Amino acid sequence: MKHDFIEKNIGIMGVLIAIVVSLAGLVEIVPLMYQTSVIKPHPNLKPYTALQLAGRDIYISEGCYNCHSQQIRPFVDETLRYGHYSQANEFVYDRPFQWGSKRTGPDLQRVGGKYSNEWHEYHLMDPRSVVPESNMPGYPWLAEQQVDAQQVEDGMNVLRDYFDHPYSDEQIASAKSDVDGKTKLEALIAYLQVLGTSIPRSYK
Amino acid sequence: MKTNFNDEIVKKFAIVTIVWGIIGMLVGVFIAAQMAWPVLNFDIPWLTFSRLRPLHTNAVIFAFGGNALIGTSFYVVYKTCKANLFAPKLASFVFWGYQLVIVGAVVTLPFGFTQSREYAELIWPIDIFLTIVWVAYAVVFFGTITKRKEKHIFVANWFYAAFIITIALLHIVNNLQIPVNWHLSYSVYPGAVDALVQWWYGHNAVGFFLTAGFLGMMYYFIPKQAGRPIYSYRLSIVHFWALISSYMWAGPHHLLYTSLPDWAQSLGMVFSLILLAPSWGGMINGIMTLSGAWHKLRDDPIIKLLIVSLSFYGMSTFEGPMMAIKTVNALSHYTDWTIGHVHSGALGWVALMTIGSLYVLIPKLWGKKGMYSSNLINVHFWIATLGIVLYIASMWIAGVMQGLMWRDINADGTVVYSFAETIKATYPYYIARFLGGILFLTGMCIMFYNVIMTIKSPTITENERVGEAA
Repeated sequence: MKHDFIEKNIGIMGVLIAIVVSLAGLVEIVPLMYQTSVIKPHPNLKPYTALQLAGRDIYISEGCYNCHSQQIRPFVDETLRYGHYSQANEFVYDRPFQWGSKRTGPDLQRVGGKYSNEWHEYHLMDPRSVVPESNMPGYPWLAEQQVDAQQVEDGMNVLRDYFDHPYSDEQIASAKSDVDGKTKLEALIAYLQVLGTSIPRSYK
Repeated sequence: MKTNFNDEIVKKFAIVTIVWGIIGMLVGVFIAAQMAWPVLNFDIPWLTFSRLRPLHTNAVIFAFGGNALIGTSFYVVYKTCKANLFAPKLASFVFWGYQLVIVGAVVTLPFGFTQSREYAELIWPIDIFLTIVWVAYAVVFFGTITKRKEKHIFVANWFYAAFIITIALLHIVNNLQIPVNWHLSYSVYPGAVDALVQWWYGHNAVGFFLTAGFLGMMYYFIPKQAGRPIYSYRLSIVHFWALISSYMWAGPHHLLYTSLPDWAQSLGMVFSLILLAPSWGGMINGIMTLSGAWHKLRDDPIIKLLIVSLSFYGMSTFEGPMMAIKTVNALSHYTDWTIGHVHSGALGWVALMTIGSLYVLIPKLWGKKGMYSSNLINVHFWIATLGIVLYIASMWIAGVMQGLMWRDINADGTVVYSFAETIKATYPYYIARFLGGILFLTGMCIMFYNVIMTIKSPTITENERVGEAA
């Protein structure tokens, strides 16, 4: 019996396992890296400004993705509730992606411009002050903590140097002063307000 | 009783498995309570749901599950190869290094240091250290196999081998990042590609960490405790290769109807459906091992744990492919149904298999006749099963309800429910789930007591050992 040979030879078995488990990645992931619709940014899409990028890092750090998706599926109820369905070319500057997997709270992909800055402030400080049914925790410390300006500048440099995100020299030169003295709350709101705005909210 | 290094290192893994299990589940129960009573974060950053949920998942998957896997793999590989563990000092490094990684998770995740990749949240310095520990683990495991005194490599070791190799591949590819500073890094993959890489990883953390590895455990401990050979050797060959080759393709089912291109979604759905067959192959092979000895299901609470674990495995591997069908996923995705599905696998399959295997293993390691109290094992079985049923039933109902409420459209073309209304409707189920979690955690505490009392109980004498063999 042929399998008998594999069962007696750990080297062969190891190599066969490695080959068998590598196939899917080669077929599914590698072509995707070259698919234009996925890697070419939407014409209206701009890289995150210094303050928005700082806000994005805070969104990640606080773990917002645990309860909020950023991915609107092409269903009637979702486009009614959240706006135009999501397109791959809107996410090209998202490293890492923030599509999420669970909606304990609503989707945020097109939350940009939906509420005022003031509403977001109240909501992040004490969610139940504006949405009584909400089970979202409060994040009052965001108002007390300041953005790490050095990290924002370093982050923009990494995104430009390694991933060709189209930042101008001026944008990077002013990155630190752009976020200087801003609270994490302001930065997070700046991020939320730009989400999904490269395509109009309306379904039509 | 004389001790040997092989058993000593496995003892350490056995103890930390239970301790980390209790800690990870305690965090789970706490954040479950927060979903029902959100004020419970007390406005303290590191007690907040969104920071603790990754700690819960990492603790139960990698600390509880991981220590169980590494520990039992060391035990199974040295027993079935009839050889001492290769490079004992390296094996000790694997133990302490792995605990250090877990401590690293505990001191980073609650403080907001995260990559935000689900089940791969650990920041880049810890990722690099984990890679080193994992390579050391592979050296010990495969080194022991090369030293074996049996010609054939035992089935359980195939599964452990696939688990070790594949987790290394997944971990490295998914964590390719460019560091910004000591804690922040940006992924090398853009948006949609990043999403697919992450869920290729995420799904196979389930497929290889929580499935292949635990099937290795199953293939040793069920025949051992049942005192019978595995039901079908041929089936184990077929389902092994089928399982590891089809699992890797199924990742895109986490991204159905998203912006991921359709061709990738379709591949993911098709392979998820195919996966039902090899998954059930493993379940059938395990359960049928009891054929001719079904009475043990009545008499032996450990067998009961192991077989019910396989039943949950069969159930969740039926549910999984079903949820991967696009039309079903349209309803279930983003809802608490997914959470219920995960826990029927994590509590029902992974935790019960671990618990059952530890009840077999611990008396052997410490040289005892058996566990201190068989009754307490029985109590643990019932309280855990009840907890799981309460948990998954409440999440099923909540999930289906959320999916239906979200998609409900009025005759005039507007949505019937605001999102807030769906949260309001879910509160009772969050409370029920919290109670289910409490029951399961209570079972773990009973186990902890039983294990301590077993270790303290008198060791079997040489005479008894002889009598036992005869």
